[in-house]
Amino acid sequence: MMIECLSMKEWSPYLVGAGIGVLNILAFLLSDKPIGCSTAYTRASGMIERLLRGSKVNEKAYYRKFVPVVDWEVMLLAGIVLGAFLSANLSGEFRPEMVPALWRERFGSDPFLRIAVAFAGGVLLGLGARWAGGCTSGHGISGTTQLAASSWLAVICFFIGGIATAMILFGAGG
Amino acid sequence: MEVIDSMLESLRSNHRVQLAIGLFIGIIFGFLLQKGGVTRYEVIVGQILLADFTVFKVMASAVITGMIGVHLLRSLGMVKLHPKPGSFGSSALGGLIFGVGFALLGYCPGTIAGAVGQGSVDALLGGVGGILFGAGIFAGAYPRLQEMVLKRGEFGDVTFPEILGVNPWAVVIPGVMILLGLLFWVEEMGF
Repeated sequence: MMIECLSMKEWSPYLVGAGIGVLNILAFLLSDKPIGCSTAYTRASGMIERLLRGSKVNEKAYYRKFVPVVDWEVMLLAGIVLGAFLSANLSGEFRPEMVPALWRERFGSDPFLRIAVAFAGGVLLGLGARWAGGCTSGHGISGTTQLAASSWLAVICFFIGGIATAMILFGAGG
Repeated sequence: MEVIDSMLESLRSNHRVQLAIGLFIGIIFGFLLQKGGVTRYEVIVGQILLADFTVFKVMASAVITGMIGVHLLRSLGMVKLHPKPGSFGSSALGGLIFGVGFALLGYCPGTIAGAVGQGSVDALLGGVGGILFGAGIFAGAYPRLQEMVLKRGEFGDVTFPEILGVNPWAVVIPGVMILLGLLFWVEEMGF
């Protein structure tokens, strides 16, 4: 019964959402912090830069604020990779995929084009997340949960920018 | 009550236990994201094309549950809020940049980790590298951006109950009702 449930391909989005809400409550209770993902990238990026350029990287103002070390959020991010792998494996959904089907329909199956655009999107995402001080988790779920003004403004802008760009890429109405 | 307080205190100040808790919460988070389908490019892009409302359903349910729970524990004095500071220059402009990247990439910083876990190569080779690079660019430009844009239209780490000067529950309860109403409406429209 338990295994059957865990190996289902899909769960109700309401159940999944409620579960994430409970995780957020647990994070506040056990760790005195909201769930967020984007500072982990700052720390990881700082660690990589330090490997390449040495310890003077630590002196950058932003890395004094977010010290490049493995912290709670870096562990959280590693956990997400593991958890998704576990879930996909249990349902037989794990498979390497180079180009997502929806992308292929619109832009063809060239993996280099897809990876180049994914990289460009990633740069803007990483830049924008730190610019706004949070991402879809930190602002979109945790910040809105706390009724923070900054987070509601940010999440509305995430979707304005996202919807406008997606409509241009795929044509209005998809 | 005091026993619980001191237990929580020692838990929260134990660095190694905290790393384990972060990992544990992450594993369940990733499991849930994958089961909800939101680690898939199609589902995320479907949301911003307003064709598939799975992302909205997951986020709204998470916020409804979290809002009630976190504010309940806060009323009991067991948790503290940590609202982020904001400004139009940072939250709005950064949010728009994020949005453009979100649509080009088709994942966000959290769900992309889940996409990597389920085998999406475009997420691993393109997206993760890009996010790390973008975060690095921001770290380099931070002092200048701080001076030029990030403080424009600053409003601080306020919450809506603070702005309105009311008890948090006076916002939580209507907020939950509105989100529930939107969820029913989205179902009703057949999304």
